[in-house]
Amino acid sequence: MTPYAPILTSHVGEPNSYSLDFYVTHQQGYEGLRKALTQEPGDIIDQVKTSGLRGRGGAGFPTGLKWQFVLKDTPNPKYICCNADESEPGTFKDHVLMERNPHLLIEGCAIAAFAIGARVAYIYIRGEFYHVQQILEAEIEKAYAAGFLGKNILGSGFDCDVYVHRGAGAYEAGEETALIESLEGKRAQPRIKPPFPAVAGLYQCPTAVNNVETLCNVPLIVLNGPEWFSGMGPEKNGGPKLYCVSGHVKKPGVYEASMHTTLRELIYDHAGGMLDDRPFKAIIPGGSSVPLLLPEHLDTPASFDDIQKAGSMLGSAGLIVLNDSVCMVWLAMNLLHFYRHESCGKCTPCREGCDWLYKLLARIEGGEGQPKDLDLLFGVSSNIVGKTLCAFGDAAATPVLSTMTLFRAEYEAHVREGRCTLTADWRAAHPVMAAH
Amino acid sequence: MDYAPAKFHKSARELAEPGGAFAYTPEHQAKFDANVKCYPPDQRRSAILFALYLAQRQQGYVTAAAMRHVAEQIGCTPAEVEDVVSYYTMFFTKPVGTYVLNVCRTLSCALRGAERVTAALSAELGITPGETDPTGTFTLIEVECLGACDRAPVVMVNDDWHECLAPEDVRRLVEDLRTRGPAALTGCHLHKEKAAEATS
Repeated sequence: MTPYAPILTSHVGEPNSYSLDFYVTHQQGYEGLRKALTQEPGDIIDQVKTSGLRGRGGAGFPTGLKWQFVLKDTPNPKYICCNADESEPGTFKDHVLMERNPHLLIEGCAIAAFAIGARVAYIYIRGEFYHVQQILEAEIEKAYAAGFLGKNILGSGFDCDVYVHRGAGAYEAGEETALIESLEGKRAQPRIKPPFPAVAGLYQCPTAVNNVETLCNVPLIVLNGPEWFSGMGPEKNGGPKLYCVSGHVKKPGVYEASMHTTLRELIYDHAGGMLDDRPFKAIIPGGSSVPLLLPEHLDTPASFDDIQKAGSMLGSAGLIVLNDSVCMVWLAMNLLHFYRHESCGKCTPCREGCDWLYKLLARIEGGEGQPKDLDLLFGVSSNIVGKTLCAFGDAAATPVLSTMTLFRAEYEAHVREGRCTLTADWRAAHPVMAAH
Repeated sequence: MDYAPAKFHKSARELAEPGGAFAYTPEHQAKFDANVKCYPPDQRRSAILFALYLAQRQQGYVTAAAMRHVAEQIGCTPAEVEDVVSYYTMFFTKPVGTYVLNVCRTLSCALRGAERVTAALSAELGITPGETDPTGTFTLIEVECLGACDRAPVVMVNDDWHECLAPEDVRRLVEDLRTRGPAALTGCHLHKEKAAEATS
């Protein structure tokens, strides 16, 4: 295993690691903010740009650029929105940070607000994370009491408020413009871009939307310098990274590594190897919305660029590991059930297409698929890609297109034999390793 | 064979129950008044989700009367409130049980046996997903990814989580909830961590 000492999650296993005292004592808490406030906001943006920090939410867009695009000459207020909606299937890193290291996020929000000239940051947390929200809110209150938030922070004259906004169950709220709509008290549906949030975001004011893990990296960059950050990991893929490993592994969990680490190390070293030592079949490397990778890709470094070269995306770094018991038609059906349910309904190709795909997949998995259904599946999913306002449509079509490309024989077998070979009976007889 | 229920459609719309007269309790009113200050004075609508959560906490679900009350508090139309209620899955427009059991059914949980958890809960409670048992104690719902895939299968019970729920432990959880109430909800890692921190 590549040697690596965790940074973001160095203390998460220790008692009271979420408390302000612990953060200040053990993690140089709020020293990044103190240092930032002595500099010019533009310098902070330059440092984040130099560090090469890329958004940890899924797109991997350079954070410094995002901040630079935020309109400067405007009479309107500016806003930081922290995307804590973490809803991508297979992703569960942000709630660990918010639960066990909330002050790192709070400090990140304050520095980000200072850098773009905002005075308010909203943390949009998904409704299902109510238990996490309570921890976060309590710690925000403590940060106020200690003078790290509020008026005239650390005597610098800079004011910053951080509020937590609770969502109410909508995957689509993780899309940045849909998140803004939801924050404004509307349905979480995406906006037409441009204008981008950097110009007209929350309340039509310049806004930067950043993922929790992204903002957590900001105090570290300010404190340790951009070179320290970019030196960790492959070129353009610097910094610490959290990986969420779930599915058929012995020890599912959140693991921190540099982006030098390979998929194999994450599965076999960090997550303890395959559950029941069954053979590895495939992996979804970046949350349910990205194409699958095969055994030959296991030695690919888990970086944005390397995973992309291998034909997939690192996305939110949600690794879903699949063993040989997984039927790929069932997998696509399970995920399309998700996308059908979560499609916001704004764009017709996605709203109708997801429902149609799910019905086709259920028919094939149910044993009544016809040969023409395979072409239809391909046609419907291809007609969603690129025809929607946000990336949801592409994401929803991906499980179908990817499984059909890599495992077409399984689809054909379902149609030919009129059944799924891994049936409910089979599952009941294999309770531990039951894949579906 | 019914591959995908015909009743599923994004345009399906059911009228909200009218419900009796509704107004926040003074405690909830105070909470709302405090929350609305998080947003600019001309953007009260941002507090709509919070306002709806309060209404739901007060009477268990959101009625048309509650939506009107929320609209008055926010200063928007009841239609705008209904627009929001009908979009988000965490608001109920029908009465639900004391304990709403939300079983995650998405991939990572499904790989670890979520469908057998749902089946076990169905058998134990005698209801299918989407239904409430006759005593009004339990509502069973299948939900999409809860974001705790490392602790699959996960069940969210009201606002609390129960993690790593093996199908064979379902009966015990249900019985515990019946006899001990919310105190039975110790299956979240946070409970365990808190307990460990209290003793350390």
